[in-house]
Amino acid sequence: MSLPANETGIPEHPSAPLLRMERIPHVWCPGCGIGTVVKCFSTALERSGLDLDKSSVVSGIGCSGRVAGYMRLDAFHTTHGRAIPFATGLKLGRPELQVTVISGDGDLVGIGGNHFIHAARRNIDLLVILINNFIYGMTGGQNAPTTPLGAKSSTMPFGNFEQPFTLPHLAASSGAPYVARWTCLHIRRLTWAIEEALERKGFRFIEVVAPCPTLYSRLNKLGTGLSEMRFYHDNAEIRHGADTRDLEVGFHKKIVCGKFVDEPRPTFLELKDQHYEEKLGEEYVPMPQEGGMIHA
Amino acid sequence: MRADPAGVLTGAHFLDGDFASGEGAMAAGCRFVAGYPITPSTEVVERIAHRFPSMGGTFIQMEDELASMAAVVGASWTGTKSMTVTSGPGFSLMMENIGLAAMMETPCVVVNVQRGGPSTGLPTMVGQADVMQARWGSHGDYEVIALCPQSPQEAFDLTIDAFNLSEVYRVPVLLMMDECVGHMTEKVVIPEADGIEVVPRQLTRKSPAEYLPYEVNGDPVSEFARAGDGYRFHTTGLTHDERGYPVMSSECQETCVRRLLDKILDHVDEIVRFEEEGLEEAEVVVVAFGITARVARMAIEMVRREGVKVGFLRLITLWPFPEKEIRRLAHRVQGFVVPEINYGQMVLEVERCAGGRAAAVSVPHGGGSVHDPTVIARAIREAAK
Repeated sequence: MSLPANETGIPEHPSAPLLRMERIPHVWCPGCGIGTVVKCFSTALERSGLDLDKSSVVSGIGCSGRVAGYMRLDAFHTTHGRAIPFATGLKLGRPELQVTVISGDGDLVGIGGNHFIHAARRNIDLLVILINNFIYGMTGGQNAPTTPLGAKSSTMPFGNFEQPFTLPHLAASSGAPYVARWTCLHIRRLTWAIEEALERKGFRFIEVVAPCPTLYSRLNKLGTGLSEMRFYHDNAEIRHGADTRDLEVGFHKKIVCGKFVDEPRPTFLELKDQHYEEKLGEEYVPMPQEGGMIHA
Repeated sequence: MRADPAGVLTGAHFLDGDFASGEGAMAAGCRFVAGYPITPSTEVVERIAHRFPSMGGTFIQMEDELASMAAVVGASWTGTKSMTVTSGPGFSLMMENIGLAAMMETPCVVVNVQRGGPSTGLPTMVGQADVMQARWGSHGDYEVIALCPQSPQEAFDLTIDAFNLSEVYRVPVLLMMDECVGHMTEKVVIPEADGIEVVPRQLTRKSPAEYLPYEVNGDPVSEFARAGDGYRFHTTGLTHDERGYPVMSSECQETCVRRLLDKILDHVDEIVRFEEEGLEEAEVVVVAFGITARVARMAIEMVRREGVKVGFLRLITLWPFPEKEIRRLAHRVQGFVVPEINYGQMVLEVERCAGGRAAAVSVPHGGGSVHDPTVIARAIREAAK
């Protein structure tokens, strides 16, 4: 396969058309897993055949919150924890948009946890990719609502004693119709999962377990990003359809991956249209697909 | 352009300020509202929830006010005019994403029907103590526009103005109603759609290749592209350059934040609105807003019968503040009397602008009811001595 070359003669990165190459190098550390997710998302988006001009990406704050900033899509880098409600407004304001939220564990289920469960409950049409590195990276390795029991963080220097969330279970029990988990090692399976989720509707949730060598691994003496990859290789167990109650991630214990939920149910907008058509008949005017903008 | 008739309930109605504000929003072309229930503002969204299904609007009751404001900012980036509605405690939560709207230069409207505070305060009773929060509530430097209606009719009219100003200056515009006006029922005349001037969202005509979301172009604001039209733009709450890309430097901070200030400060004369009466002969000027303006009028009539030369300045824009007018008057009057349902907020601004040339007398009221007009009258008499 020949790759298009840029002016320097160096082959262009295959995902370059979807990236803001002028912003590279990115802010992420060597060995970080976030770039892998960006690559898988870009590949899945390209393969999906979706109109990329109508695809938006929304991030919150933190290391993973920087993803939107590198995507050559309509891209929104919002406030801490509020990527999901921001994306909700975007989707409802122009229903034809395909909106993806990519952000971190602290952002989406720490400060943004309330929005996460309610968007899943309402089945808002969003693809949510949560990059879980078990820690607050950008601020210096503080404890997260995902930090495994016993793992060290800069605010739990003797090990975490708080029960973490099991994210697929949180999403599934809140009503998400599509729930999967992969690690940064599973790049093909993760890409397929994103492709599949892009074909589905409603609140689709994919957790990606990612290494944070600078903080999580260093504080817990887990070695480099590569050591984490080796750990995923040896300890990830693929179990599709597993009961989401059994998916807790322990400290340095096996990580169950796979697709756990794939049960479509009507989205917020489908229910809204159906409900008002039933109640109001011809009086009901749905929000136009291109949005409720009055044109100049 | 003229209003879309689908949102205009033409006729003479008997409405409270909350309902009237909701009607104003729909007439202005608002088609997305996200909100969380809170007294005394909830009737605004109840009205909208009832009427939106027949005009292509979407109302969503969010999980809290943080989410409501975030959704409003998101929706506005699709070009759909967007609003949220709240009262004090919710207004506090909204400050986070009001700051985001200011930083991203997102047109939107926030209605705050003020009750007594702080904290849960007086949920069902009047206050006007959020007026400084409207100006300074979110962190960092930014400018907003805040309007204040004194009647249900004005709640309708000013909600339309709020949407129009938000489009022209790409800022969140705050409609600072108070519980009395929100729950007061009066005649509200809604004109034909043809008689309502609406500022539409102006979309850029540039090609995606030449478009910069925050281009400095000599106009107060940059050109707007909405999500989904192929511009593939980037916007952020971080300090950003013309491309909307984060740049962490004091130089970029100066350019980025200075724009947020100057787009309002350079157009204060076009934005500021007030109503004046009897100022030319006045020795004392009463400055008031919202429901307190109506109470102050009674006090003014009382003291005028006694021969006191008193003028009246009613603030319609709280922010920007009519600085020039206060300065001009301060040269010739003895003092200003400022009744407000708080312990002295806007009086600080009057005092600042008077610059020691005329007294600024506060007539405070903690909230829960309106002023006794005789208390205001007494303050006017004192100031006139």
